[in-house]
Amino acid sequence: MASLSVPDRRGLPLIGAPNVPRLLRALLPALSLALVLIGIAWLNPRAISYFGFTLMLNLAVPIALATIAQMFVIAGNDLDLSIGAFVGFVGCVTATWLRDVPLLGIVTLLGCIAVYAALGALIHLRNLPSIVVTLGMSFVWQGLAVLMLPKPGGKAPDWLLEIMRLKPPLVPFPILAAVVIAAVAYVGLMRTSYGAILRGSGGNALAISRAGWSLLKAKMTLFACAGLFGVLSGLALIGTTTSADANIGNGYTMLSIAGVILGGGEFIGGRVSPIGAVIGALTLALAASPLLTFMRIPPDWQVAANGAILIVVLAARVLISRKDAQP
Amino acid sequence: MKGTLAGVLARPWIWSFIGALAVWLAAITFTGGTGAGGMLTAALSLAVFTVVVGVGQMFVITLGPGNVDLSLPANIGLASAVAMTVMAGDDQRIAFGLLAALACGAAIGTANYLLIWALRIPPIIATLSASFVIQSIDISYGRGLQIKPPPGFADFTNIQLFGIPLLAVLTVLFMIGAHVMLQRTIFGRSVLAIGQNMRAARLAGIAVNRVRFATYVLCGTLGGINGALLAGYFRGANVDIGNEYLLASIAVVVIGGTSVAGGKANIPGLFGAALFLVLLLTMLNTFGVSAGVRLLLTGLIIVAVITAAGGTKRER
Repeated sequence: MASLSVPDRRGLPLIGAPNVPRLLRALLPALSLALVLIGIAWLNPRAISYFGFTLMLNLAVPIALATIAQMFVIAGNDLDLSIGAFVGFVGCVTATWLRDVPLLGIVTLLGCIAVYAALGALIHLRNLPSIVVTLGMSFVWQGLAVLMLPKPGGKAPDWLLEIMRLKPPLVPFPILAAVVIAAVAYVGLMRTSYGAILRGSGGNALAISRAGWSLLKAKMTLFACAGLFGVLSGLALIGTTTSADANIGNGYTMLSIAGVILGGGEFIGGRVSPIGAVIGALTLALAASPLLTFMRIPPDWQVAANGAILIVVLAARVLISRKDAQP
Repeated sequence: MKGTLAGVLARPWIWSFIGALAVWLAAITFTGGTGAGGMLTAALSLAVFTVVVGVGQMFVITLGPGNVDLSLPANIGLASAVAMTVMAGDDQRIAFGLLAALACGAAIGTANYLLIWALRIPPIIATLSASFVIQSIDISYGRGLQIKPPPGFADFTNIQLFGIPLLAVLTVLFMIGAHVMLQRTIFGRSVLAIGQNMRAARLAGIAVNRVRFATYVLCGTLGGINGALLAGYFRGANVDIGNEYLLASIAVVVIGGTSVAGGKANIPGLFGAALFLVLLLTMLNTFGVSAGVRLLLTGLIIVAVITAAGGTKRER
């Protein structure tokens, strides 16, 4: 029935007969970002400027980094429910030790990445559900953050403030940063041979292990990458807010998961898209506050806006996939 | 006799009770024996709330890998606000308030499954998106809500019979009911069958979608009733009242010996695990540690227990 409209699916899509649903699906994250931007431009044309974007996307950089961290974990069929608390802890380290005793700060942050790699090893070796382990770890990070900074305070290191205050010509800094983040993650995960192995460990672990690759090493690498991007997210966050608070990253767990899914990532099977994830994070960052502010909707509904966007995009995806007539 | 003892020890749920006992002993050793009974009473009262949502979460997790309800905290928060508004502090309206909380929870469960079914997305994402929306509804509806529960209802949640909270007695009856439902009814056996192999269950003629739908509604409803009970016990609704029940509900299921891979559930262990978690927090409180250390140790102990309890053996 469907074979009439669908081109030969065994080979590559033929030139001149592109797979329209698949193309649409890939463009969906960009389309939703465009829609949000059009909404903002319509409500407040002045926001679409160098200065406007710098302001509106201020907090998008740490969200994008946390989303990429989550994406690495999701690529291996796991879920990290501790990334928000982790970003908060990194923030507390950044605003205290990294400024006062840089060496101690750097060692602590590197140690955090090692802890993430160890978590990956633990989850793989004992075959534990990542949801429970990371939920437990979220308490650990939160506890450490509270111990470190019982009251909001601290101050970002000067070099970090300098970086986050960069004013590059023509393109606002957050957009430039987002492009760089997306490019690095894309090349690393989608264009290197080991990146393919990493995604394969989520897609078909058995095949990867039969082919002689170590699943343990793959899981540890994925989690270490998540830890690295989590650290970067905490740094960027403190560079923007200039001081820290133990609860500063709490919303990031849910935002990062939503960003990955919004960007076209699948929850199972190692199907993720780094560029899509960054676009998803930008969409959430823009839709959550600037768009609502311009629409005069009270901040109470910000979280709901994120949920609604997620549901609408997923619904659109289902509509497109139905046309794809997948078996 | 030796065979009986070994048989008991081989049951996975016994370990959660042993853990709870060990934590309790550690706590009363520290206090020198004072407050041992009071500690148990308090633990039983608080464990009730974890058990109620834990049972709901257990049914959902038993449906198979990927099935989990992340909307429970938001659900509990909204239901507590709804129950308190409907009761309006009036003893005559307790029943209406409870019904409203049940309906609110059931509606959330229905919405969750509609998302899962219509959007064909993993339940984690569906319940997560739903919880975003529910949370916002709760914030805008329940903020600044300062309605006290009716005195009759607040007393009911605090009644003790010889040091044993009435709610704990009712919860034991509820668990026996849940156990019978899981092991002896068509619905419970269908849930287990779907968790073991969804395709096989469908081919065997089980109405898979209907059973999954009923399971999510059951979990939502239990979340709703839990919200009402919590609001009664803590004398008022609160947006954050359900926050700790995300970790708690999943952790008690896993510690209690239910398989995260689905298809294998364990009700007795759930009760032991809930006692263990609550007593653990009580113990840390008696030690007088700071909030940071308490969070840190709770997290570390949960990760350690999960690691020791171990995941299921790798299949295939």
